[in-house]
Amino acid sequence: MAQPSTSVKKGEHVQHHFVDSDQQFEASKMGMWIFLVTEILFFGGLFLGYIVYRSWYPELYLMASEHLDVFWGAVNTVVLISSSLTVAMAIRSAQLNQQKGLIINLCITIALAFIFMVIKYFEYTEKFAVGIFPGGYYTYDGIAHDQANIFFSIYYMMTGLHGVHVLVGIGLMIWLVVRARKGHFHSEYYTPVEITGLYWHLVDIIWIFLFPLLYLID
Amino acid sequence: MNRLSDFMLPPARSTLAGEVDALFNFINVVSLILLIGITIAIIYFAIRYRRKSDDDTTPLITHNSKLEITWSVIPLILVMIVFGWGYSGYLTMTNAPDDAYEIRVIAKSWLWEFHYQDGQTSINELHVPENRPVKLIMSSDDVLHSFYVPDFRVKMDVIPNRYTSVWFEATGPGESVIYCAEYCGSAHSQMLADVIVHTQDDFDLWLEAGDAIDEDLTPVELGRQLVERQGCLACHSTDGSTLQGPTFLDIMGRERLLTDGTTVTIDENYLRQSILEPNTQVADGFPPIMPSYAGSLSDRQIDAIIEYLKTLD
Amino acid sequence: MATPEPTNTKKLQVRRYKPEENPKETYLTEETGLWAWMTTVDHKKIGLMYLGSITFFFLVAGILALILRTELLTPAQSFITADAYNQIFTLHGAIMVFFFLVPSVPAALGNFILPLQLGCKDVAFPRVNLLSYYIYVVGALFTLIAIFTGGVDTGWTFYTPYSATTGGNVMMMTFGVFILGFSSILTGLNFIVTIHRMRSPGLTWNRLSLFLWSLYATSIIQILATPVLAITLLLLTMERLLSIGIFDPALGGDPVLYQHFFWFYSHPAVYIMIVPGFGIVSEIISTFSRKHIFGYWAIALSSLAIAFIGFLVWGHHMFVAGQSSLANMVFSFLTFLVGIPTGIKIFNWLATMHRGSIDLKTPMLYIMAFLFLFSIGGFTGIMLGALSVDIHLHDTYYVVAHFHYVMMGGMVMAFLGGLHYWWPKMFGKMYNELWAKIACGLLFIGFNVTFLPQFVMGSLGMPRRYFNYLEQFQAYHQFSTIGAYIMGVAFVIMAIYLVHSLFKGKQASSNPWGSRALEWQAASPPSLHNYHHTPVIINGPYDYHKPMSEFQLGIADSHNGHDPHHQKDIETKSVEADK
Repeated sequence: MAQPSTSVKKGEHVQHHFVDSDQQFEASKMGMWIFLVTEILFFGGLFLGYIVYRSWYPELYLMASEHLDVFWGAVNTVVLISSSLTVAMAIRSAQLNQQKGLIINLCITIALAFIFMVIKYFEYTEKFAVGIFPGGYYTYDGIAHDQANIFFSIYYMMTGLHGVHVLVGIGLMIWLVVRARKGHFHSEYYTPVEITGLYWHLVDIIWIFLFPLLYLID
Repeated sequence: MNRLSDFMLPPARSTLAGEVDALFNFINVVSLILLIGITIAIIYFAIRYRRKSDDDTTPLITHNSKLEITWSVIPLILVMIVFGWGYSGYLTMTNAPDDAYEIRVIAKSWLWEFHYQDGQTSINELHVPENRPVKLIMSSDDVLHSFYVPDFRVKMDVIPNRYTSVWFEATGPGESVIYCAEYCGSAHSQMLADVIVHTQDDFDLWLEAGDAIDEDLTPVELGRQLVERQGCLACHSTDGSTLQGPTFLDIMGRERLLTDGTTVTIDENYLRQSILEPNTQVADGFPPIMPSYAGSLSDRQIDAIIEYLKTLD
Repeated sequence: MATPEPTNTKKLQVRRYKPEENPKETYLTEETGLWAWMTTVDHKKIGLMYLGSITFFFLVAGILALILRTELLTPAQSFITADAYNQIFTLHGAIMVFFFLVPSVPAALGNFILPLQLGCKDVAFPRVNLLSYYIYVVGALFTLIAIFTGGVDTGWTFYTPYSATTGGNVMMMTFGVFILGFSSILTGLNFIVTIHRMRSPGLTWNRLSLFLWSLYATSIIQILATPVLAITLLLLTMERLLSIGIFDPALGGDPVLYQHFFWFYSHPAVYIMIVPGFGIVSEIISTFSRKHIFGYWAIALSSLAIAFIGFLVWGHHMFVAGQSSLANMVFSFLTFLVGIPTGIKIFNWLATMHRGSIDLKTPMLYIMAFLFLFSIGGFTGIMLGALSVDIHLHDTYYVVAHFHYVMMGGMVMAFLGGLHYWWPKMFGKMYNELWAKIACGLLFIGFNVTFLPQFVMGSLGMPRRYFNYLEQFQAYHQFSTIGAYIMGVAFVIMAIYLVHSLFKGKQASSNPWGSRALEWQAASPPSLHNYHHTPVIINGPYDYHKPMSEFQLGIADSHNGHDPHHQKDIETKSVEADK
């Protein structure tokens, strides 16, 4: 229904049901924060499984983590932290109306995310080659522990789920680049960039927990 | 009071039952008083304050701290009594006396196996002495089960890869039902057994004699009793209907297609093999779920079962 | 003015506004057509789509329940096999819990009413709202596929190791429920943001209706607990797909760990199901008693208290599962603590009726039935919380009867009360009051005939999920089955008069019950964007001590007093603002 009158002039980006741009921005941001809370609880379940099994079989974790490649894990950590920086710079560019900076920073972030996934791919194939598969398909005999398969089930679940989140992040950022090229974002409206950035920081933080918990046990 | 508990509770046949029943009755009576109070209030208010005209006005009463504290604190006290009472009863139930007679229980889909201290075993019949604490050390061979004897007021889950235990002291000779109380698949509701309480003398006699009493029976009669007692009928019918396993009716000499594609003619050897190592030659169309009877049936018993199966045609 | 205004108020120019009667343009008459409905972002239409879907699933699961009860007429097999029976009770439970109870009040009624009660045009994220509906549909499709490709016979709890080893299509089912979880999360997220950010001017936290408070508490549980269910079911799916072994003892895992994971969600989920019902009870009881709700803050905060304590009691589902006696003691203690805020609510509702002006219309009858049945559910919950008694009653029909008293006697009665209460608002039509009362009475009788005998059976030792049973229980089972049929008849009557009202029902006024709550200040049915102007909230939702004439809505004047057409009825109001 047509509005008989509107006092505040709304920008094109403000959806019909919001009073003004601020309300829309605040709502979107709060929504993202709540979503991040659910993400933390989602991963929290896995961390809980990790903790339970680690308290039951501490020696297993020591033995098994030696079979993870600390060097490439560390490289991936650096890659992700850098990408968090570039995504923050992308938001800054949007706030300052710098179209070019926004697109470049987003592209660097996407590239870094790809590098992360490629390294992950090589780590996985290396393990599959020697028979380190999750759970029932585990055939490797280099670790003298009955529950070694469960450690790697947890490893694959945690890193795999994290990997899916990285892929989703890549998809979101490609979408942002497409919109940025059309000039959708400016200092008045950069909500999608901001909340995707929040999401990306979370993906980064989860990895920062995963890396020491899985790779750096001694 | 007693009539209420006779109506709602099974006979009390262990030393644990008294305290459980007392708390059960206490909660029931208190709840009933409160429930009647609430119900009367609802009905009384609905009648007394029914709307007389559309212009009725009502007073503004937003809250009343005294009243609210009263109806928070009194229930709190009541539930704390229930909590303490329930917990103390529970402690008695979990701590078995040191001198308890121990019996090993193994649950399989869908039967109960009992191993006694001197090597005696029984299936789907638990024999215990009266007036003596009995402790069951339980584990499962496959999925979760739960050991439940309503007459004794005891229940405990039976879990694979882990031991759990219950204890009880039966107060007099008699028979009670054992149920499986944790859902375990197709024949969950047929996973019943009996607990048979003997006097101490009779119990010793049973432990000595065990299956010796069976010696008086003809093989066919013994086989028939074994098939009933060992839980076979939970999955195998004798009237031709298909349950979780193939029927026993007219089984001898029949051609049977197996899951690996081969066909066998059913003879004594196949039957014996199927009792001892049931999942090596599984009939096509049936899941490989039968537990092994190796170690719990003697050769004479297996022979008797086969003799009995031959008579089913 | 002599006295300075407090800093948290601001002046707005408002004018009185009366809701339109017999509106020509409503949300039902605009944007019609199948495609418009399927792609709508209107919260009211999405609410109706949810309402249709949950009704469908309630029908399916209800028919399954009747099949179960019919089979249980005799101790041995009557007309279905044990395996079919096991699949049917699994589906009855899973569908009722995941596809009916969880979305019933929040997603169907809540979606419709929440923005109306907040005075906004829509929820904060209308497209996410539509997305959550389609996620629900996809989850439902997965479940339907699972049913037709082998079925599931694990019970709705999917306990390992049985669920990891049994035949059938468990994976499809758990994956379906996993997907469904996201629908629930998105609804909760949407509601929290909407309540925080989209309140109308003047709608301060202490003027929020108790229905909104209950939805707020529910949403918190939804976003905190559902992700844990999601990860649990994902692990279970992986258990079957890749044999990861975390819950499977055959591979070195621990089945009791699964139970902890599962109940960490599923106990709070009980509150996801019942807390919105509490909200409906508060609305209806104060409307039909025409009296200010007694103990507003006690009711609002007890919802939040239940939400939080509810996270700490999951272990009471595992008293006989082999956890330590210390854990059992703690969980038993906390369980009793949840009883207190629940009791407080019951007494507050009774106190609201006291000295009211009570009109026994159908919604009120449902709520009186709720008070009685839910009290029984609560008292038997105390019984099950007592450790020593629970050892005897665990996994028997006593538990079955208890949660049906809470879920059906409590939640479904509240839902039906809410449905009858808001029906005129949703469709602008009145249903036949006499038939509605008859159906309500039949349902109440049928319910008690069905489930009271189950308390006795359970205390006598009848375990649940039994296809066959001992003959001593037959009389109770037969009673129970007769009750189930009576309920079936009641639901058929309800379906007939509700459908009839859509076509032949009397036109409803905008506020047929004389309620003071905000949604009744919109037209019946509301227009596409609910209110033509931004409403300004001057009175509380339970201010029944003020005359009805004060309850015309104030609307913010958008031209700040320069609108030539309405110059004469503009007044300046100080409106509290705490945004």
